[in-house]
Amino acid sequence: MLERRSSIENELDIIAARRCAKEVAKELGFSTVDQVRIATAISELARNIVLYAKEGSIVVRALCEGEREGLEILVADKGPGIPNIELAMTDGYSTAGGLGAGLPGARRLMDTFRIDSQLGQGTTIVARKWKA
Amino acid sequence: MQQQVPILKIDDFWIASVQGSLHDQDVIEFKQALLSKITQPKSNGLIIDLTVLDVVDSFVTKTLIDIRGLAKLMGVPVVIAGMSPAVAITLVEMGLSLEGIDTALNLQKGLDKLRNPGKER
Ligand SMILES: Nc1ncnc2c1ncn2[C@@H]1O[C@H](COP(=O)(O)OP(=O)(O)OP(=O)(O)O)[C@@H](O)[C@H]1O
Ligand SMILES: [Mg+2]
Repeated sequence: MLERRSSIENELDIIAARRCAKEVAKELGFSTVDQVRIATAISELARNIVLYAKEGSIVVRALCEGEREGLEILVADKGPGIPNIELAMTDGYSTAGGLGAGLPGARRLMDTFRIDSQLGQGTTIVARKWKA
Repeated sequence: MQQQVPILKIDDFWIASVQGSLHDQDVIEFKQALLSKITQPKSNGLIIDLTVLDVVDSFVTKTLIDIRGLAKLMGVPVVIAGMSPAVAITLVEMGLSLEGIDTALNLQKGLDKLRNPGKER
Protein backbone atom coordinates (compact mmCIF):
# COMPACT_ATOMS: atom_id res chain seq x y z
CA MET A 1 0.00 0.00 0.00
CA LEU A 2 1.52 3.24 -1.18
CA GLU A 3 1.07 5.89 1.47
CA ARG A 4 3.30 8.71 2.65
CA ARG A 5 2.75 11.17 5.45
CA SER A 6 4.47 14.53 5.85
CA SER A 7 4.37 16.74 8.93
CA ILE A 8 4.14 20.35 7.86
CA GLU A 9 5.66 22.98 10.11
CA ASN A 10 7.95 25.09 7.97
CA GLU A 11 9.03 26.05 4.49
CA LEU A 12 11.35 23.08 4.12
CA ASP A 13 8.46 20.72 4.84
CA ILE A 14 6.59 22.25 1.90
CA ILE A 15 9.38 21.22 -0.46
CA ALA A 16 9.65 17.75 1.11
CA ALA A 17 5.88 17.16 0.87
CA ARG A 18 5.66 18.08 -2.77
CA ARG A 19 8.71 16.03 -3.69
CA CYS A 20 7.20 13.09 -1.85
CA ALA A 21 3.85 13.52 -3.61
CA LYS A 22 5.56 13.71 -6.96
CA GLU A 23 7.39 10.46 -6.28
CA VAL A 24 4.17 8.70 -5.34
CA ALA A 25 2.41 10.07 -8.43
CA LYS A 26 5.28 8.91 -10.60
CA GLU A 27 5.28 5.45 -9.04
CA LEU A 28 1.54 5.18 -9.70
CA GLY A 29 2.19 5.94 -13.36
CA PHE A 30 0.71 9.44 -13.55
CA SER A 31 1.79 11.52 -16.55
CA THR A 32 4.44 14.20 -16.16
CA VAL A 33 1.82 16.94 -16.33
CA ASP A 34 -0.30 15.20 -13.67
CA GLN A 35 2.77 14.83 -11.44
CA VAL A 36 3.30 18.59 -11.68
CA ARG A 37 -0.40 19.29 -11.07
CA ILE A 38 -0.38 17.14 -7.95
CA ALA A 39 2.91 18.56 -6.65
CA THR A 40 1.67 22.11 -7.22
CA ALA A 41 -1.61 21.45 -5.40
CA ILE A 42 0.39 20.03 -2.49
CA SER A 43 2.63 23.09 -2.51
CA GLU A 44 -0.40 25.38 -2.16
CA LEU A 45 -2.07 23.35 0.59
CA ALA A 46 1.17 22.90 2.52
CA ARG A 47 1.97 26.60 2.35
CA ASN A 48 -1.51 27.42 3.64
CA ILE A 49 -0.82 25.20 6.67
CA VAL A 50 2.46 26.99 7.40
CA LEU A 51 0.95 30.44 6.86
CA TYR A 52 -2.42 30.08 8.56
CA ALA A 53 -2.34 27.06 10.87
CA LYS A 54 1.38 26.85 11.80
CA GLU A 55 1.36 23.06 11.72
CA GLY A 56 -0.48 20.14 10.25
CA SER A 57 -0.01 17.09 8.12
CA ILE A 58 -0.41 15.86 4.58
CA VAL A 59 -0.97 12.23 3.63
CA VAL A 60 -0.70 11.08 0.03
CA ARG A 61 -1.96 7.62 -0.83
CA ALA A 62 -2.83 5.35 -3.68
CA LEU A 63 -6.46 4.64 -4.57
CA CYS A 64 -7.79 1.58 -6.35
CA GLU A 65 -11.45 1.58 -7.19
CA GLY A 66 -12.69 -0.97 -9.69
CA GLU A 67 -10.74 -0.33 -12.85
CA ARG A 68 -9.62 3.10 -11.76
CA GLU A 69 -6.39 4.02 -10.09
CA GLY A 70 -5.73 7.32 -8.48
CA LEU A 71 -4.15 9.30 -5.73
CA GLU A 72 -5.68 10.91 -2.68
CA ILE A 73 -4.37 13.87 -0.71
CA LEU A 74 -5.48 14.28 2.91
CA VAL A 75 -4.63 17.60 4.51
CA ALA A 76 -5.34 18.31 8.16
CA ASP A 77 -4.52 21.11 10.55
CA LYS A 78 -5.74 22.29 13.93
CA GLY A 79 -5.45 25.94 13.03
CA PRO A 80 -8.00 28.75 13.33
CA GLY A 81 -10.30 27.36 10.64
CA ILE A 82 -11.81 29.26 7.71
CA PRO A 83 -14.77 31.53 8.53
CA ASN A 84 -16.22 31.57 5.01
CA ILE A 85 -15.18 28.67 2.82
CA GLU A 86 -16.96 29.92 -0.27
CA LEU A 87 -15.07 33.20 -0.04
CA ALA A 88 -11.76 31.43 0.60
CA MET A 89 -12.36 29.30 -2.51
CA THR A 90 -12.86 32.41 -4.65
CA ASP A 91 -10.12 33.40 -7.10
CA GLY A 92 -8.23 36.40 -5.84
CA TYR A 93 -9.43 36.24 -2.23
CA SER A 94 -6.55 36.43 0.23
CA THR A 95 -6.29 37.61 3.83
CA ALA A 96 -2.51 37.63 3.55
CA GLY A 97 -1.74 39.76 0.51
CA GLY A 98 -1.27 36.68 -1.66
CA LEU A 99 -2.71 36.12 -5.11
CA GLY A 100 -5.60 34.18 -3.59
CA ALA A 101 -4.95 31.41 -6.08
CA GLY A 102 -3.98 28.58 -3.74
CA LEU A 103 -7.30 26.97 -2.81
CA PRO A 104 -9.21 27.61 -6.06
CA GLY A 105 -6.12 26.64 -8.06
CA ALA A 106 -5.59 23.40 -6.15
CA ARG A 107 -9.25 22.54 -6.65
CA ARG A 108 -8.93 22.94 -10.41
CA LEU A 109 -5.74 20.88 -10.54
CA MET A 110 -7.42 17.92 -8.84
CA ASP A 111 -10.48 15.93 -9.97
CA THR A 112 -12.35 16.15 -6.66
CA PHE A 113 -11.79 18.52 -3.78
CA ARG A 114 -13.61 18.62 -0.46
CA ILE A 115 -12.85 21.11 2.25
CA ASP A 116 -14.24 21.15 5.79
CA SER A 117 -13.39 23.72 8.38
CA GLN A 118 -14.51 24.47 11.92
CA LEU A 119 -13.67 27.80 13.50
CA GLY A 120 -11.17 27.31 16.29
CA GLN A 121 -10.77 23.62 15.46
CA GLY A 122 -9.04 23.42 12.14
CA THR A 123 -9.36 22.54 8.51
CA THR A 124 -9.34 19.28 6.56
CA ILE A 125 -9.14 18.82 2.82
CA VAL A 126 -9.56 15.63 0.83
CA ALA A 127 -8.64 15.83 -2.85
CA ARG A 128 -8.38 13.12 -5.47
CA LYS A 129 -6.84 12.73 -8.87
CA TRP A 130 -7.63 9.79 -11.15
CA LYS A 131 -5.26 8.42 -13.71
CA ALA A 132 -6.27 9.40 -17.22
CA MET B 1 26.05 35.09 1.93
CA GLN B 2 25.47 31.98 -0.13
CA GLN B 3 23.26 32.84 -3.07
CA GLN B 4 20.69 30.25 -4.11
CA VAL B 5 20.25 31.97 -7.42
CA PRO B 6 23.43 33.33 -8.99
CA ILE B 7 22.85 36.53 -10.93
CA LEU B 8 25.29 37.19 -13.76
CA LYS B 9 25.65 40.03 -16.19
CA ILE B 10 26.24 39.45 -19.91
CA ASP B 11 26.57 42.68 -21.89
CA ASP B 12 23.91 44.82 -20.25
CA PHE B 13 21.60 41.93 -19.47
CA TRP B 14 21.06 40.39 -16.06
CA ILE B 15 20.74 36.62 -16.02
CA ALA B 16 19.38 34.78 -13.01
CA SER B 17 19.51 31.00 -13.14
CA VAL B 18 17.56 29.15 -10.53
CA GLN B 19 19.70 26.22 -9.38
CA GLY B 20 17.30 24.02 -7.46
CA SER B 21 14.12 23.96 -5.40
CA LEU B 22 13.64 27.28 -3.68
CA HIS B 23 12.05 27.55 -0.28
CA ASP B 24 10.12 30.68 0.54
CA GLN B 25 12.99 32.56 2.16
CA ASP B 26 15.18 31.86 -0.90
CA VAL B 27 12.45 33.28 -3.13
CA ILE B 28 12.26 36.46 -1.05
CA GLU B 29 16.05 36.88 -1.08
CA PHE B 30 16.14 36.20 -4.82
CA LYS B 31 13.58 38.92 -5.40
CA GLN B 32 15.49 41.46 -3.28
CA ALA B 33 18.74 40.66 -5.07
CA LEU B 34 17.14 41.00 -8.50
CA LEU B 35 15.45 44.26 -7.64
CA SER B 36 18.75 45.77 -6.54
CA LYS B 37 20.36 44.65 -9.82
CA ILE B 38 17.77 45.97 -12.24
CA THR B 39 17.73 49.39 -10.62
CA GLN B 40 21.42 49.78 -11.47
CA PRO B 41 22.36 51.78 -14.56
CA LYS B 42 23.00 49.84 -17.75
CA SER B 43 20.31 47.30 -17.10
CA ASN B 44 18.78 46.58 -20.46
CA GLY B 45 17.06 43.34 -19.74
CA LEU B 46 16.53 40.51 -17.31
CA ILE B 47 16.29 36.80 -17.95
CA ILE B 48 15.06 34.48 -15.24
CA ASP B 49 15.93 30.90 -16.09
CA LEU B 50 13.47 28.48 -14.47
CA THR B 51 14.61 25.35 -16.32
CA VAL B 52 15.23 23.33 -13.15
CA LEU B 53 12.02 24.29 -11.36
CA ASP B 54 9.51 21.45 -11.47
CA VAL B 55 6.92 23.34 -9.43
CA VAL B 56 5.93 26.99 -9.81
CA ASP B 57 3.14 27.80 -7.37
CA SER B 58 1.20 30.96 -6.59
CA PHE B 59 3.89 32.23 -4.23
CA VAL B 60 6.62 32.04 -6.88
CA THR B 61 4.23 33.48 -9.46
CA LYS B 62 3.49 36.44 -7.21
CA THR B 63 7.23 37.05 -6.88
CA LEU B 64 7.65 36.99 -10.67
CA ILE B 65 4.77 39.45 -11.02
CA ASP B 66 6.33 41.75 -8.40
CA ILE B 67 9.68 41.65 -10.21
CA ARG B 68 7.96 42.43 -13.50
CA GLY B 69 6.22 45.41 -11.88
CA LEU B 70 9.43 47.10 -10.85
CA ALA B 71 11.23 46.11 -14.04
CA LYS B 72 8.46 47.71 -16.04
CA LEU B 73 8.81 50.94 -14.08
CA MET B 74 12.52 50.88 -14.79
CA GLY B 75 11.92 50.13 -18.46
CA VAL B 76 13.71 46.80 -18.18
CA PRO B 77 12.21 43.96 -20.26
CA VAL B 78 11.88 40.62 -18.50
CA VAL B 79 12.08 37.21 -20.13
CA ILE B 80 11.30 33.96 -18.35
CA ALA B 81 13.34 31.17 -19.89
CA GLY B 82 13.05 27.42 -19.70
CA MET B 83 9.65 27.00 -18.12
CA SER B 84 8.62 23.39 -18.73
CA PRO B 85 5.39 22.75 -20.66
CA ALA B 86 3.95 20.89 -17.65
CA VAL B 87 4.58 23.90 -15.40
CA ALA B 88 3.07 26.27 -17.97
CA ILE B 89 -0.06 24.11 -18.31
CA THR B 90 -0.42 23.93 -14.54
CA LEU B 91 -0.16 27.71 -14.16
CA VAL B 92 -2.83 28.30 -16.78
CA GLU B 93 -5.15 25.79 -15.13
CA MET B 94 -4.67 27.50 -11.79
CA GLY B 95 -5.79 30.73 -13.38
CA LEU B 96 -2.38 32.33 -12.95
CA SER B 97 -1.13 34.41 -15.81
CA LEU B 98 2.29 35.87 -16.36
CA GLU B 99 0.81 38.63 -18.45
CA GLY B 100 3.37 41.08 -19.70
CA ILE B 101 6.25 38.71 -19.15
CA ASP B 102 7.88 37.37 -22.26
CA THR B 103 8.89 33.72 -22.33
CA ALA B 104 11.59 31.84 -24.19
CA LEU B 105 12.36 28.17 -24.61
CA ASN B 106 15.83 28.50 -23.12
CA LEU B 107 18.49 30.95 -22.00
CA GLN B 108 19.96 31.38 -25.49
CA LYS B 109 16.58 32.14 -27.03
CA GLY B 110 15.90 34.53 -24.16
CA LEU B 111 19.11 36.42 -24.91
CA ASP B 112 18.23 36.52 -28.61
CA LYS B 113 14.88 38.02 -27.70
CA LEU B 114 16.44 40.76 -25.60
CA ARG B 115 19.03 41.54 -28.28
CA ASN B 116 16.47 41.72 -31.08
CA PRO B 117 13.26 42.90 -29.49
CA GLY B 118 10.22 42.51 -31.70
CA LYS B 119 12.02 40.26 -34.16
CA GLU B 120 10.04 37.08 -33.56
CA ARG B 121 6.53 36.58 -32.14
N1 LIG C 1 -5.46 25.89 6.39
C1 LIG C 1 -6.03 27.11 6.53
N2 LIG C 1 -6.41 27.55 7.77
C2 LIG C 1 -7.00 28.76 7.93
N3 LIG C 1 -7.24 29.62 6.92
C3 LIG C 1 -6.88 29.24 5.67
C4 LIG C 1 -6.27 27.98 5.41
N4 LIG C 1 -6.04 27.89 4.07
C5 LIG C 1 -6.50 29.02 3.52
N5 LIG C 1 -7.01 29.86 4.48
C6 LIG C 1 -7.65 31.17 4.24
O1 LIG C 1 -8.18 31.19 2.93
C7 LIG C 1 -7.61 32.29 2.17
C8 LIG C 1 -7.44 31.87 0.72
O2 LIG C 1 -6.42 30.86 0.61
P1 LIG C 1 -5.61 30.72 -0.76
O3 LIG C 1 -4.57 29.68 -0.58
O4 LIG C 1 -6.60 30.53 -1.86
O5 LIG C 1 -4.95 32.16 -0.98
P2 LIG C 1 -3.71 32.81 -0.21
O6 LIG C 1 -3.00 31.79 0.60
O7 LIG C 1 -4.20 34.00 0.53
O8 LIG C 1 -2.78 33.31 -1.42
P3 LIG C 1 -1.89 32.36 -2.39
O9 LIG C 1 -2.19 30.94 -2.03
O10 LIG C 1 -2.34 32.68 -3.78
O11 LIG C 1 -0.47 32.73 -2.14
C9 LIG C 1 -6.32 32.63 2.87
O12 LIG C 1 -5.95 33.97 2.65
C10 LIG C 1 -6.67 32.34 4.33
O13 LIG C 1 -7.37 33.43 4.91
MG1 LIG D 1 -2.45 29.96 -0.21
